[in-house]
Amino acid sequence: MNSTAEPYVLNIGPQHPSTHGVFRVRVVMDGEVIRDLDMIVGYLHRSMEKLAEERTYTQNIPFTDRADYLAAMSGNLGLALGIERLAGIDVPERASYLRVIFAELQRVASHAMANGTLVSDAGAWQTPLLYMFREREKILDLFEMTCGARLTTNYMRAGGVSFEPPAEFWPALNELVAELPGRIDEYMELLADNEIFLARTRGIGIITPEDAINGSLVGPALRGSGVPWDLRKAEPYCVYDRFDFDVPVGTRGDVYDRFMCRMMETRESVRILKQAIAQIPPGPHKNDVPLALRPPVGEVYSRVEGPRGENGFYLVSDGGPAPYRFHLRAPSLINLSLLRELARGASLPDAVVTLGSIDIVVGEIDR
Amino acid sequence: MSEQPMRPATPMLRQIAEHRSLLQRFMGVSKEWKGFALLLLGGLGLSNLAIAYVVIDGRLDGQWYDIRDLGNVTQHLRSWMQDEGFHPAVPYLTTALLGALGILSVVGGWLLIGSWVERRVLAKFQIRQGPNRTGPFGLFQPIADAVKLMQKEVVIPRVADKFLYYAPPVIIFIPAILGWGPVPWAGKMSFLDLNVGVLYTIAISSLGVLGVFLAGWSSNNHYSLLGAMRTVAMMVSYEIPISLALLAVVLLTGSMQLSTIVAWQANYNAWLIFLLPFAAFTFLFASTAEINRTPNDIGEAESEIVAGFYTEYSGMKAGLFMGVELGNAILVGAMMATFFLGGYTMFGLETWIPGYLILAAKIGAVYFLFVWLRGTLPRFRLDQLMGYAWKFLIPLSVVQVLLVAVEASIFARWETPALFPLAAFALLNLGLTVEMVRRWAHALGYAPEVAQQQPVMATAIGGLKAAQKMRGG
Repeated sequence: MNSTAEPYVLNIGPQHPSTHGVFRVRVVMDGEVIRDLDMIVGYLHRSMEKLAEERTYTQNIPFTDRADYLAAMSGNLGLALGIERLAGIDVPERASYLRVIFAELQRVASHAMANGTLVSDAGAWQTPLLYMFREREKILDLFEMTCGARLTTNYMRAGGVSFEPPAEFWPALNELVAELPGRIDEYMELLADNEIFLARTRGIGIITPEDAINGSLVGPALRGSGVPWDLRKAEPYCVYDRFDFDVPVGTRGDVYDRFMCRMMETRESVRILKQAIAQIPPGPHKNDVPLALRPPVGEVYSRVEGPRGENGFYLVSDGGPAPYRFHLRAPSLINLSLLRELARGASLPDAVVTLGSIDIVVGEIDR
Repeated sequence: MSEQPMRPATPMLRQIAEHRSLLQRFMGVSKEWKGFALLLLGGLGLSNLAIAYVVIDGRLDGQWYDIRDLGNVTQHLRSWMQDEGFHPAVPYLTTALLGALGILSVVGGWLLIGSWVERRVLAKFQIRQGPNRTGPFGLFQPIADAVKLMQKEVVIPRVADKFLYYAPPVIIFIPAILGWGPVPWAGKMSFLDLNVGVLYTIAISSLGVLGVFLAGWSSNNHYSLLGAMRTVAMMVSYEIPISLALLAVVLLTGSMQLSTIVAWQANYNAWLIFLLPFAAFTFLFASTAEINRTPNDIGEAESEIVAGFYTEYSGMKAGLFMGVELGNAILVGAMMATFFLGGYTMFGLETWIPGYLILAAKIGAVYFLFVWLRGTLPRFRLDQLMGYAWKFLIPLSVVQVLLVAVEASIFARWETPALFPLAAFALLNLGLTVEMVRRWAHALGYAPEVAQQQPVMATAIGGLKAAQKMRGG
């Protein structure tokens, strides 16, 4: 498209309703069409990776809460698994089940947030968002019941989990699991066949499988574009190999597919939760691990399938109580790197919806 | 964790916690209040009987105290002034001022109620509580909002064009008030019963765009400019479907006078929404585009361009923009009621209940629809909306105008009672509209079965090869 209009620069963010945090995009626009954009990150930088080198392994677990603050449990789990592999620690079976239960609850909560804000970006004035917050709220209540915190849970430890859930946890969890499928049906009814929502999301922000792999996308963004890759299936950790669940895969790789993948993954999470509740064995919830853990010299890269994709943790030990190097592979940052290609030539509303469908968490991007 | 789940301390908090509905709230009231409510209901019933007696008796007809039509009062006042021998200008000026005062107070009252209704109803849609702190049910919230907005400092951007920046909140307010002029609230109750009322309405409704454009331009902000350009483009596009929809109304009723259009509907006991469903839909949809309501609120799309053309306005200036928006929604409700829902008449009910109350109820219904849409639907994109106007609404509206022209000429020459042809037209128009919309949509390439293709479950786990395998078979 050739236009004689003069391009102009629009600063979106760091304070903008749809940048999901303090994230800034400097957009060169031609009318309503985006010609180019620069992503400017770092407004939430807290130097986590450097700070981690001064703290013991257990003290580093809270950092994972604050990196991806919408999926603290998944971050906890990834780091705990890494430490265990580095130091050769065993985990009781009950702890593994508890980890699965909390990671899947976290996935449901995080997907609710992601989909809700995506629909909000598409212009539905907060109604779907608040409906989805209803379930998220209940899940956070469960977290609070168990470990005292709702967002920054700090729940998983090397060698297990920090607390056994209280007695009232299980009935509340059963109730939630029983009502979740109905709620998901409600959202499907409200959004999946909504003509306006389809018009806004179908064919927008298409990522081909080749592009997705070349951009090293992970999570629903990768699966939405048709690549059936899920770490829970590909290299099962904890006890994921004992559960029967499916991996939804998009057919076109557009915003709608990413949205629907998240919705259907929520359903699969409910399936996993049901099985985990039925199978969970009695026993201790953690093994005793020395507080100042000194793993042998070595390095480890552990990864788990978080709500946004592969949560990677690279740990190098020099034999001391603190990691020599602590690195976080943040799925949001790497998924976000494709935004420039997706938004170029798209209009501003499409770019906003595309950004919403990628589902970024700025705490994880800036660390 | 304690053993018992925590009980909220006060009854109000408990209510909030349990999401109790209004009905449940009244189930627990004391005996005295129940007796009082019963007395109130009985009193209402008795007074209704009394009204029925006077209405049947015919004592009210033509009297100045006939409250079913407040126009009687002004008429009697004017004729009394003329009889008393005042200067000829005085009676007219007095009644005009009374009317203007009426419009202003009605619009102001609607603004207060409307903003409360919007926030409260939207909150209920979104399983929230909404305003519930200021006064009973949060009813004083609009007043608190207005006071807050007036106290706020107005920040003016240094690079803004000062004069043009000050003007728009005022410019945009004028058409929002003027639009109420020709609305008939009852038989004789309209401020200016123009014989070209429809033309006047269309003309006034396109004035608002001036203020919007000035606001967007003078703020010297790209968000504002984008919002203004979007709004201007939309208003220009959607003027045409609105005019065509109203043209169909004018053709069928044979009048451009709003009171005559209402009288036509009352005469034949046929609301035009049944006779002209497509025109009604066009009018409603295009109106939402004109007044920036969901699903067409692209002029101030929050998630894209922050607040659109009034991003840089603060304090009461922003409040005026928001107020005008709300006022326009209510004005559209009045127009919708007048043109398509029988105005102040309701199948003979207007003899018993004051017409202005019926119109108010209809306005409220349309306004509720707007709030409902806002609480439910996502937003269109600019190009989709423009395409919808130019490719869909305008061609189909032209077809409908042709159809209605034929029907109107048949109706004018028909000798039988009006019921039969009108019922036939209603059925014919409904069927034709559905068929026309379906065929035209398919001709434009609308394919719902393709659009709703859902993700599938993975059969294999892997990278690109697995993806290609899944795609292939």
